[in-house]
Amino acid sequence: MATTKKPVRKKNSTAKSNTIKLKFDTSWPYAPAPESKSAATIHKQYDLFINGEWQKPLSKKYFDTINPANEEKLSEVAEANEADVNRAVTAARTAYEQVWKKMPPKERAKYIFRIARMVQEKARELAIVETLNGGKPIRESRDFDVPTAANHFFYYAGWADKLEYAFPNRGTAPLGVAGQIIPWNFPLLMAAWKIAPALATGNTVVLKPAETTPLTALKLAEIIQEADLPPGVVNILTGAGATGAAIVNHPDINKIAFTGSTEVGKIIQRAIAGTNKRVTLELGGKAANIIFEDAPLDQAVEGVINGIFFNQGHVCCAGSRLYVQESVAKEVIRKLKDRMESLIVGDPLDKNTDIGAINSKQQLATIRKYISIGKKEGAEMYESSCPLPGKGFFCRPTLFTNVAQSNRIAKEEIFGPVLAIITFRTDDEVIEKANNSPYGLSAGVWTDKGSKIFNMTKRMRAGVVWANTFNKFDPASPFGGYKESGFGREGGLHGLLPYLELKG
Amino acid sequence: MRLEILKTYKIYIGGQFPRTESGRYYSPVNKAGKKLANVCLCSRKDFRDAVVSARGAFGGWSNRAAFNRSQILYRMAEMLEGRKAQFIDELIQQDASKANAEKEVNLATDRLIYYAGWCDKFQQLFSAVNPVASAHFNFSVPEPTGVVSIIAPQGDSLLGLVSVIAPVIAGGNTCVVLASETKPLCAVTFAEVLNSSDLPGGVVNILTGKPAELVSWFTDHMDVNATLYCENNSDIQKMIREKSASNLKRVHFYDKVNWYSAEGQSPYFIMDTQEIKTTWHPVENIAGAGGGY
Repeated sequence: MATTKKPVRKKNSTAKSNTIKLKFDTSWPYAPAPESKSAATIHKQYDLFINGEWQKPLSKKYFDTINPANEEKLSEVAEANEADVNRAVTAARTAYEQVWKKMPPKERAKYIFRIARMVQEKARELAIVETLNGGKPIRESRDFDVPTAANHFFYYAGWADKLEYAFPNRGTAPLGVAGQIIPWNFPLLMAAWKIAPALATGNTVVLKPAETTPLTALKLAEIIQEADLPPGVVNILTGAGATGAAIVNHPDINKIAFTGSTEVGKIIQRAIAGTNKRVTLELGGKAANIIFEDAPLDQAVEGVINGIFFNQGHVCCAGSRLYVQESVAKEVIRKLKDRMESLIVGDPLDKNTDIGAINSKQQLATIRKYISIGKKEGAEMYESSCPLPGKGFFCRPTLFTNVAQSNRIAKEEIFGPVLAIITFRTDDEVIEKANNSPYGLSAGVWTDKGSKIFNMTKRMRAGVVWANTFNKFDPASPFGGYKESGFGREGGLHGLLPYLELKG
Repeated sequence: MRLEILKTYKIYIGGQFPRTESGRYYSPVNKAGKKLANVCLCSRKDFRDAVVSARGAFGGWSNRAAFNRSQILYRMAEMLEGRKAQFIDELIQQDASKANAEKEVNLATDRLIYYAGWCDKFQQLFSAVNPVASAHFNFSVPEPTGVVSIIAPQGDSLLGLVSVIAPVIAGGNTCVVLASETKPLCAVTFAEVLNSSDLPGGVVNILTGKPAELVSWFTDHMDVNATLYCENNSDIQKMIREKSASNLKRVHFYDKVNWYSAEGQSPYFIMDTQEIKTTWHPVENIAGAGGGY
């Protein structure tokens, strides 16, 4: 009569079940599920997109752009010099004065809607090219980067003929020619964040994509051409820092919009001193992600994982400082390590991949430098045991425990899959620690208590605060920093102002 | 015959009236050549002390209920109105005609009333609930930038001063202000108004001295979040932009504003020292919730 046997109640049974180690080596492996490259076309060589056509660079120079997942060359792109920048600015100025400024806003809107639709039509191709050129997992470029980019155009298109409603008691006027410089972490999405509001508000654009990730911006140029946008309204110039500097310093540019490092942001702020150029800067971050003991821990752990490992941690608003309340620190750290162990690192084109390639050799070196600094400073490192591909730039998901507030890995932006964990006891203590940073781009808080959420979100000095979620973005939602994370907002109604002059 | 009692014009830091730590003074004169007073010639150290006070006051002031800030600004107007004669007298000493002095004091008082009213209203105008496509509640609100350094207008020594201070503190910031170099009397007397208006010490700190000496400290201090400058001096404007890059201060130049006109007041001045904070929270997707009632 075995059925009548009572289960023996062991002492500490709950404690034991909490320490069960998940075994991943016995689970079914994922079969490879690579996205096909055949749905994308990449030309052997790209010229500069100036005045609605592809123009050979006056510099006569081209540089290679590679796939960071296997270090193979994908294409070569033109390197714009000062003379090329000048041509593009002239085209943008002419288009502004003669066409774009005079166009009825509702017609402007229709062009932007048209671009949004074409991005949607070509979504699969754009996702593949984004992943090939930048190294991010195809799942992210397919489900996040490309659709969000299309949505951004669609959202701002509708603003073009409604600007008189946006600013109470004020009329609006465009600024003129906007010079826009974008980073390599979300190449197409950043181009959309920059171009869409600029066009909707009646400005024309000279945009420079990042040196390592030019291809989706060039695909966007093809779309812009196909959409019959009047020549010169958007010009896209590839190049490196010198090209960016030529844009910043060009005397006929009215506005600079820059997303990138705080260091370069400061250089730009100095460079435009003494000019009438307007500027908005979306710069670095070192976001605090705070877990209280009453938080739903499994959700919080999922949020922390997404907060730091999304896009290989190449995210300015990444939750790179984790503050865990002491009472649950042990459990959270164990759950994090378990979850890290289940992350798949590898071929970005594989639909099962969670973490793709680090964007460049240089960035991989930076991340490694910080990992060794962290170890030297006495923090305890843990990395997942996953295998890494033989070729390409890869980094295991990594976390540090026993981190001090003063450690460099807790103060400086690493821009990689490296999490620094610090513990705390009280609300006031964690606010003090979280706000003790020159950055103020984003922050996160995890707790089940509503009043605590609002207490925390109000006291954290950051432009975007996620409560019981992290790394969420939407065209209707303003994004941008406090303090040295920059100024100006992108997205939503508030994202219009950086491209407008208000009139009494 | 009774001997007139001359006023000692001191500076205002942390709710107190110290002299400059430097022990220095200068003696501005009016057009008739009459010496106005021995005025504190403030130093970099005075500025730094004032920033410490302003930073210390920021948490409390920014956390005050907006309605409470509104009442305090209104109280400032009451106190200014009560001392009207003194301000008119000082403006006349500083070369204003009686009619103009009266006009300036009236406008300055009205301006405080104007911003008192905005304290608990601009947030509603410039906030947004954002219709994001995912299941999140998402809203954006303005919050004060922090500590603001202000080089007040040199010309309209009372109206200009009030016009730049009021929007900054109405929005919950604290500030350090450098008064008009040549017409500093009203600024110091205005500090006495602040001191008797329930405005917490440190929210507004007023220094006297020379912009040429102090402006660089006002713009490169690492614990100042924004700088306002009101003169049309392109060299100084350039320097301010360059120095402000040290910690990416928000910089605004008000050199084209006529403080006597309608454009001299607006909620957009408040917004110049505000940040937009966006907050996200998931909305639980309960099974069947889409069915309605």
